[in-house]
Amino acid sequence: MTTTPEKVPFEQWDAPEGEWTLTGACPVRTNRTLLLEAATRFLFPTILVFSVYLLIVGHYAPGGGFAGGLTAGLAFVLRYIAGGGSEGAEIGSRLQLRPPVLMGTGLLLATLSALAPVAFGAPVLTSAKISVLGVEVVSSLVLDVGVYVLIIGVVLDLLRSLGSGIERDAEESEGP
Amino acid sequence: MTTLVTLPVLLPILGAALTVIFARSAMVQRLIGIVVLACVSAVAAILLVAADRSGPVVVELGGWPAPVGIVLVADRLSALLLLVSTVVTLAVLVYAIDQRISDYGRDTASTTFHPIFLLLSTGVSLAYLTGDLFSLFVAFEIMLAASYVLITRRTNASRIRSGMTYVIISLTSSLLFLTTIALVYASTGTVNLADLANRVAELPPGLRTLLSMLTIVTFGIKAAMVPLHFWLPDSYPNAPAPVTALFAGLLTKVGIYALLRTQTLVFPGAGPSAVLLVLAVLTMVVGALGALAQNDLNRLLSFLLVSHIGFMLFGLAVYDAHGAAGTALYIVHHITVQATLFLVGGLITRRTGTVSIDQMGGLARRSPVLAVLFAIPALTLAGIPPTSGFVAKLALLQAGAGATVGTAVVAGFVVLASLLTLWAVVRVWIRVFWGAEKEPLPDADPTDELVVGTAKTSKPMYVATAALIAVSIAIAAAAGPLSAVTERAGTDLLARTPYLEAVLG
Repeated sequence: MTTTPEKVPFEQWDAPEGEWTLTGACPVRTNRTLLLEAATRFLFPTILVFSVYLLIVGHYAPGGGFAGGLTAGLAFVLRYIAGGGSEGAEIGSRLQLRPPVLMGTGLLLATLSALAPVAFGAPVLTSAKISVLGVEVVSSLVLDVGVYVLIIGVVLDLLRSLGSGIERDAEESEGP
Repeated sequence: MTTLVTLPVLLPILGAALTVIFARSAMVQRLIGIVVLACVSAVAAILLVAADRSGPVVVELGGWPAPVGIVLVADRLSALLLLVSTVVTLAVLVYAIDQRISDYGRDTASTTFHPIFLLLSTGVSLAYLTGDLFSLFVAFEIMLAASYVLITRRTNASRIRSGMTYVIISLTSSLLFLTTIALVYASTGTVNLADLANRVAELPPGLRTLLSMLTIVTFGIKAAMVPLHFWLPDSYPNAPAPVTALFAGLLTKVGIYALLRTQTLVFPGAGPSAVLLVLAVLTMVVGALGALAQNDLNRLLSFLLVSHIGFMLFGLAVYDAHGAAGTALYIVHHITVQATLFLVGGLITRRTGTVSIDQMGGLARRSPVLAVLFAIPALTLAGIPPTSGFVAKLALLQAGAGATVGTAVVAGFVVLASLLTLWAVVRVWIRVFWGAEKEPLPDADPTDELVVGTAKTSKPMYVATAALIAVSIAIAAAAGPLSAVTERAGTDLLARTPYLEAVLG
């Protein structure tokens, strides 16, 4: 027996659940720029989609894991700047994932994808074309995905240690 | 078989990734590090046997053939150095792990130390194995980036300052290296070492000399060749003992290896190189005299390191099969003994609470084990028979005496520098181990990782040091077969054809 999901009224169907602006409250109210926050709301998902586009297209056209990862990282940087304060950057508070783990996973994925061709009797780092659901995909895409994840981890770690870390220190030294 | 060549590079990266992921569990991190390095040592041993029996093992990455794609090559020289380096790295890792356990407790995990340590090992392996000038640059960068972190973590302002010297010098040499690669590529259109070997010969002599000199300067900075050595005694002593041991053992030797490889393969000369001979003499003498003037134990060892770089340069400068063989043997000996000495220096510092030789004394009575642990590598470094130092120096002296009058004269300087080395280590022995017993100094700065005053020293730290001494004794015991291997490696280097045929087919 299947449970039918509760029917959502059409007006609320696509409505955001959270607040329109970022939840991370800016510690100093006067530093808040509403325009940037609203723009970030549009730009953040767009940049992320674009970064995935760069990642996939990278084998034949400009792009790739590194460029894609950096672009995705920039989306988080934008969010951090707009959200202000340490909360905005701490994606980990929602994802429950520390940036180093992201870096480690990316590196692991990249290394394993380099070693994988050995299992098929080809030299290390060999790339092959695989047809996935009728779409031709190169196997070296896995390496790019690893790099992509690794770079996002690096950017998030930078935001965490240099961005919010420094901010926290500044707050502590200014505090009462 | 060919896949094995990539493992010394890929396994440490894999280990680094896993140690980052399992950053919460100190035990898992340690296990990963030790297992990975043990595996790489085994792989290196297999590669050495394979390369010695049936010529260089070559893998074309991604299946792209040589002049276009990147190749990894394990010939006798690179496999041998890879084996020794990895064994030393493993011993240093055990020492470092136990030092961290003694200082911070059993459960202290770190997100940086283990991954960075393994990445450093990746860089070293890649530098030995790569058959491509640009990936050599990448290898150096991996190695250096890791070393920047290791030399500046958990430290104070003055040590950050001396760390900056190291970083700036390394960046400068990297920039120079990159420029050299650009010039090489612009003039020949290739960066594959084997392909370069054929194409550089067609260049005008002036351009060839320029490129050759540029590589000598680039790798000379990394190898701490006088007059490009000034950064080393200022920065190496400022890291914790295991890190210094690793840097002193491996990083400078990778520079020498790169010099040996490029000078023999890409820029072959016709006889002893006057420039390199002069530089070798300068390096030997300046380093040894510098060591005699030092009061800081670690600085003294750093100057001795510089001095012995001159020995390896000398073997290269002789420029025949025996000279190259002597250099190879000397690198093998020196990687082991220099790392051991820095580890012992760390043990002494933990026992006395100071790095200043003046403030030590009578340690032989208080800690006879330490006295033995210092005496053996110190005599090995000086080259007293029947240690590995003697074997290596003998090979160099024979090569020097057999070539020309000039090299025979420089061989005299080798003897002189050996005597000066002996003088320096005997001075340390007399002032640190003999004389009136002095009370150990208390730990002035508990956050400082370098001078850990009268800290508890766990047994595995002694065991790791003793294991390295055992390796160096084993080198002396296996002198016959080992020097036969290095002799064959030297012949290969000068003949060039085994390498060229293996890579270009």
